[in-house]
Amino acid sequence: MSTIKVYVPRETSSVSVGANEVAVAIAREAGNAGASIELVRNGSWGASWLEPLVEVEVGEQRIAYGNVDADDVPGLFAAGFLEGGEHDRRLGPVGEIPYLVTQDRWTFWRVGLVESLSLDDFLLHQGFKALQKAWEIGADAVIDAVMEAGLRGRGGAGFPTGIKWRTVADAEGDQKYIACNADEGDSGTFSDRMLMEGDPFGLIESMAIAGFAVGANKGYIYLRSEYPLTHMILTRAIETAREAGWLGENIQGSGFDFDIELHLGAGSYVCGEETAMLESLEGKKGIVRYKPPLPAIEGLFGKPTAVNNVVTLASVPNIVNLGGERYSDMGVNRSKGTLAFQLAGNVKRGGLVEKSFGITVRELIEEYGGGTASGRPVKAVQIGGPLGAYLPAEQLDTPLDYEAFIEIGAMIGHGGIVVFDDTANMAQQARFAMEFCAIESCGKCTPCRIGSTRGVEVIDKIISGEERDENYDLLVELCDTMEDASLCAMGGMTPYPVRSVLKYFAEDFAPSGGAEA
Amino acid sequence: MTPRTIDSDAVATIVGQYDARPEMLVQILQRIVQQHGWISDAVIRQLAGELNLSRADVHGVVEYYHDFRTEPPGEHIVKICQAEACQAMGSRELTEHANRVVDQDTTLEPVYCLGNCACAPAVMVDGHTLGRVSTERFDAALAAMRGADS
Ligand SMILES: Cc1cc2nc3c(=O)[nH]c(=O)nc-3n(C[C@H](O)[C@H](O)[C@H](O)COP(=O)(O)O)c2cc1C
Ligand code: SF4
Ligand code: FES
Repeated sequence: MSTIKVYVPRETSSVSVGANEVAVAIAREAGNAGASIELVRNGSWGASWLEPLVEVEVGEQRIAYGNVDADDVPGLFAAGFLEGGEHDRRLGPVGEIPYLVTQDRWTFWRVGLVESLSLDDFLLHQGFKALQKAWEIGADAVIDAVMEAGLRGRGGAGFPTGIKWRTVADAEGDQKYIACNADEGDSGTFSDRMLMEGDPFGLIESMAIAGFAVGANKGYIYLRSEYPLTHMILTRAIETAREAGWLGENIQGSGFDFDIELHLGAGSYVCGEETAMLESLEGKKGIVRYKPPLPAIEGLFGKPTAVNNVVTLASVPNIVNLGGERYSDMGVNRSKGTLAFQLAGNVKRGGLVEKSFGITVRELIEEYGGGTASGRPVKAVQIGGPLGAYLPAEQLDTPLDYEAFIEIGAMIGHGGIVVFDDTANMAQQARFAMEFCAIESCGKCTPCRIGSTRGVEVIDKIISGEERDENYDLLVELCDTMEDASLCAMGGMTPYPVRSVLKYFAEDFAPSGGAEA
Repeated sequence: MTPRTIDSDAVATIVGQYDARPEMLVQILQRIVQQHGWISDAVIRQLAGELNLSRADVHGVVEYYHDFRTEPPGEHIVKICQAEACQAMGSRELTEHANRVVDQDTTLEPVYCLGNCACAPAVMVDGHTLGRVSTERFDAALAAMRGADS
């Protein structure tokens, strides 16, 4: 009997609900049955609600089984799992799961498909093709392609990547850096993590392309410490790439040098802000720097530095391979291409959905997410992390388009979509926004540092009914001050979720406010 | 119990792994916390000496980051996500439950997002992330954690 491939993700969400135990059980049962299997640890396809999702290769197809528990495994084997046998958990071919096949997988196409830590599998799936093409067409042509693609930063600010790269390329200096922002602090976001866990070599290639384009021979990854599994996977991938000559000096005889150093964060949200991240990479407190100078001119250790989010970088190889126009053909208006949306919180089918811009929030939540997990009505949706506004149900038809979001006082940010049902008390959520700012403020500006603490107190007073009108006005004033006089978006945008609650969910501020009232 | 002192040779070894580069201070502290659980005053003094930094500088960095505990933690560390996606799935109630059931040698800490927001609420037990954590699953995880000791 030939060896049968069985895929079990090694990915945080899947492992968090038992994938490792399932892998052990499968190996054991296969042993008992005398079957020869190869356990492949892939990334997650992104259907997190179906994790652990395991697949068995049958002929040309991969047959998926969802929500598999280790206790299910003996029964699965009895049902002919290794031949793709019928079972309650059987979902059919993974390539026919509607949640997955209807996506526009540009950046995440290898995630789930390949064995994450196999360089051979990566090379079989176009690995390092784009880097080699970059060497052929030259650095300028790479930047031109990124410009033409209209790619904008996926870390939150949406700044055009091509312009950033051109600035770094043109900056004076013989030492330049790539700094990959893998701090992913926003609640409701996990796309960076899924990319790094499912396609770590893809990120390595992407950083090398960025380095080649701007003239940097060194890259840093700043990874948040809350991702220990990601850290293990990246560490091993970097070592493997280095041993195989895909990192280091004179890569594959091209004459191009590039290496990567992996750094861990230490539990600070503000360290995701690019200049605070640079400070942290230099071993210091993560205090936000004044801009200018821009990091592109004076960044890490004072050298020109391209700071980019993981997903931004990982979108580039296909832009190089297929051309910028193919990318800019997707999306709407000035929001070109795709974004890896993340459905989270109180949603039935949470996970990663890479779609072209222009899809509405409602389509994502209803068609992909299947509504709330609780089955109750949606009350509010927070998009763009802790600094993002809470949208009421009537705003769910807003298309995901950077500018359309700005128009309604919201932001897309890193694409996290957190759903709340009608039991949520939005006054508590507004309070949390202020509290989080107080906990995470880097302390440089008074409105952010002190204002947020005051904000918590004022909200507490409003909730308890103490001088409501005065405190309400005070809260609005506090929001104004924070917005006007904060150096970065931490203090500057914490008012967004607060104001949205004041505007759309004011009834929750009533003394016995909230849904329970 | 987590030792009340941190072996200076072990710290020196970690510093050596980073070639005593002062810009690696955050990395060095992170490694020390991962191995020893916390940062003591003695460690701050030692690092200042070995990295050629002022004690105030090292102290400032230790103070700044949430990960750098300055007290020895308990035998086990349980972090419950307090961020929005987990709030939407009952993390506040889970935290109240946890406060009632964890024992003294377990350090309970807040964490703001474990990147497991599609399988909320999320909890990290001794460095392992768990998802869809109901109170029953939480209790089972605590039992398994204690079981691992014996
Ligand atoms: C408080 C704060 C936190 C941030 N956190 C992150 C983060 O975790 N990851 C990220 O990529 N960008 C984050 N950003 C945005 C970065 O400052 C920066 O815009 C981004 O890394 C640039 O890369 P991009 O152009 O590829 O998006 C944050 C910004 C602020 C103000
Ligand atoms: S707004 Fe807050 S986090 Fe940003 S620089 Fe000012 S104090 Fe620091
Ligand atoms: S919000 Fe809890 S894991 Fe992300």
